[in-house]
Amino acid sequence: MALDLSPDFSDDRIEAIVDEFSNLEGPLLPILHAVQEELGCVPREALPVIAGKLNLSRAEVHGVMSFYHDFREQPAGRHSVKICRAEACQSMGGDRIAEHAKGRFKVDFGETAPDGSVTLEAVYCLGLCACAPAAMVDGKVVGRIDEARIDAIAAEVRL
Amino acid sequence: MTVTIYVPGDSGALALGADEVAKAIGEAAASHGADVTIVRNGSRGMYWLEPMVEVATAEGRVAYGPVTAGDVPSLFSAGFLSGGDHALSLGAPDELPFLKNQTRLTFARCGIVDPLSLEDYEAHDGLKGLRKAVAMAASDIVQTVTDSGLRGRGGAGFPTGIKWKTVLDAAGPQKYIVCNADEGDSGTFADRMIMEGDPFVLIEGMAIAGLATAATKGYIYLRSEYPDAIRIMNAAIGIAREKGVLGASVLGSDKGFDIEVRVGAGAYVCGEETSLLNSLEGKRGVVRAKPPLPAHEGFLGRPTVVNNVISLASVPVILDKGADYYRDFGMGRSRGTIPIQIAGNVKHGGLYETAFGLTLGEIVDEIGGGTATGRPVKAVQVGGPLGAYFPRALFDTPFDYEAFAEKDGLIGHAGVTVFDETADMLKQARFAFEFCAIESCGKCTPCRIGAVRGAETVDKIMQGIEREKNLELVEDLCNTMKLGSLCALGGFAPYPVMSALTHFADDFRNNPFLQAAE
Repeated sequence: MALDLSPDFSDDRIEAIVDEFSNLEGPLLPILHAVQEELGCVPREALPVIAGKLNLSRAEVHGVMSFYHDFREQPAGRHSVKICRAEACQSMGGDRIAEHAKGRFKVDFGETAPDGSVTLEAVYCLGLCACAPAAMVDGKVVGRIDEARIDAIAAEVRL
Repeated sequence: MTVTIYVPGDSGALALGADEVAKAIGEAAASHGADVTIVRNGSRGMYWLEPMVEVATAEGRVAYGPVTAGDVPSLFSAGFLSGGDHALSLGAPDELPFLKNQTRLTFARCGIVDPLSLEDYEAHDGLKGLRKAVAMAASDIVQTVTDSGLRGRGGAGFPTGIKWKTVLDAAGPQKYIVCNADEGDSGTFADRMIMEGDPFVLIEGMAIAGLATAATKGYIYLRSEYPDAIRIMNAAIGIAREKGVLGASVLGSDKGFDIEVRVGAGAYVCGEETSLLNSLEGKRGVVRAKPPLPAHEGFLGRPTVVNNVISLASVPVILDKGADYYRDFGMGRSRGTIPIQIAGNVKHGGLYETAFGLTLGEIVDEIGGGTATGRPVKAVQVGGPLGAYFPRALFDTPFDYEAFAEKDGLIGHAGVTVFDETADMLKQARFAFEFCAIESCGKCTPCRIGAVRGAETVDKIMQGIEREKNLELVEDLCNTMKLGSLCALGGFAPYPVMSALTHFADDFRNNPFLQAAE
């Protein structure tokens, strides 16, 4: 059963966020970031509100939102685990770590666990290429990650 | 008297436990009744020694590393507050061969100063370049940068001074300096290190660029994968504004310049300058056809300088010490210094700033110390995901824009990723296509479709389906992508693929995995 995790929000709140940034040159990305920061995602229902305020079409806002990997339509799990899949991490066994993480969290990349505990994501470079393989757990960077560390993270996020 | 202890706040050090070390030192100092000041400096760039803790003693700074929180009690027992001997003692950091043999011009302060102390910055020669620039005519600043021979450090290697002159000569109601801090190439972290370790040097470089081109507004397009750099950069801009470095009157002059950080949203292609400009405008990060050049019609259609972080951060020292001083380093048409980032499966990974001209072998074997796993080096990818894989046979290639181009490679943003003999180059070639497919902006057909078809064709080779025919097809496809793509993503993805095919042909024809499939 798919869990409906859509956040509650009011159009007024979205409009207030848009107002906060509308004096910027090219305000759409900062607005989308701010909406996601507050609601945990950019719900489909927020797009027409943003579009109306910026005098854009809904398709234009949807086009921008869906272009970027960071923006999500549904909120992520309570914890976020991002594992770098790029070359420097590959050279240090990153693929092995990625497979281990998939098995341990029982989700594929881009998925949220059914209990909503964790979202596993691929990331292409965290700039930690001299202490690979690297990951980011709830916004905090982790270097030289190994199977034991993944197990420890799994134990923590499942609490 | 208070003892100053440096515990890096660089995210590479944080990833290895620097916050825990700082906390443990603070607690231990309190329980020992020791009066200490903990400074969260940048990294010196020796990641195998991070977290590297330094103590300021009467005889100079003394380093210890790599330190874990568990080492802290024994460091206190060893009297490390006065430089006492310990198993983790490294002595004077400046005397460590990895640091001592570098020529640090751009990274002169990184790892030494408190990144958020403008006083510290000025005490270490900061703002000298900008002070000179405010007294100069714009065209003289541009001439100095042109004479220095500085070329864009983002990868393309375009002469910075010429780009600036184009913007200076362009007419427009508003001009912009856009700093490309979308450092997405795997194996690179120089931009991150300088933004976290010496943010004022980037601010100073951007302000000089503004004075040189009559641009009054700057943007730093900073990738969202770098939250620590975003935080530090924003704090530094706030301080610079407060102290009159930025704002309506730069250092008390009649010229204004201000900077805003804009956060990316996880699209690799936004490191390409025209795609970055679209993203900055709030659009999809789709590549624009050139011309028009961004220098003529850039951000919001106005004249815009788009420079990489390291290009801009190299400008203050050029203004301070002169074009000749900078140009005298390097070889051929590659002048000055380059911060080489040694990454991946390597014993001594980190940042090594030096004049152009070292050979790839010297970088990997001598400075990098070979692989971390101790196995022989098989391949080195230089220049990120769009860079070529070089075998040992090409280790005599000097680190220089033209020398690498001659060998069908590129130095790009100067990332060097080392692979040991367990690397499967067929798999790496497949990844190059896969990555290009994931990150393609979709604007041009060779990149959008070519990357997908490329990955599929490599899959067929892996499965042993019409191998020779499909290898030929990959080669043909690479040619189409190289010549027909709009930007470097589709245009350069063939580099890793073709270099893997050319230099590691065995992995494509005698791969044990392939035989099993047949």
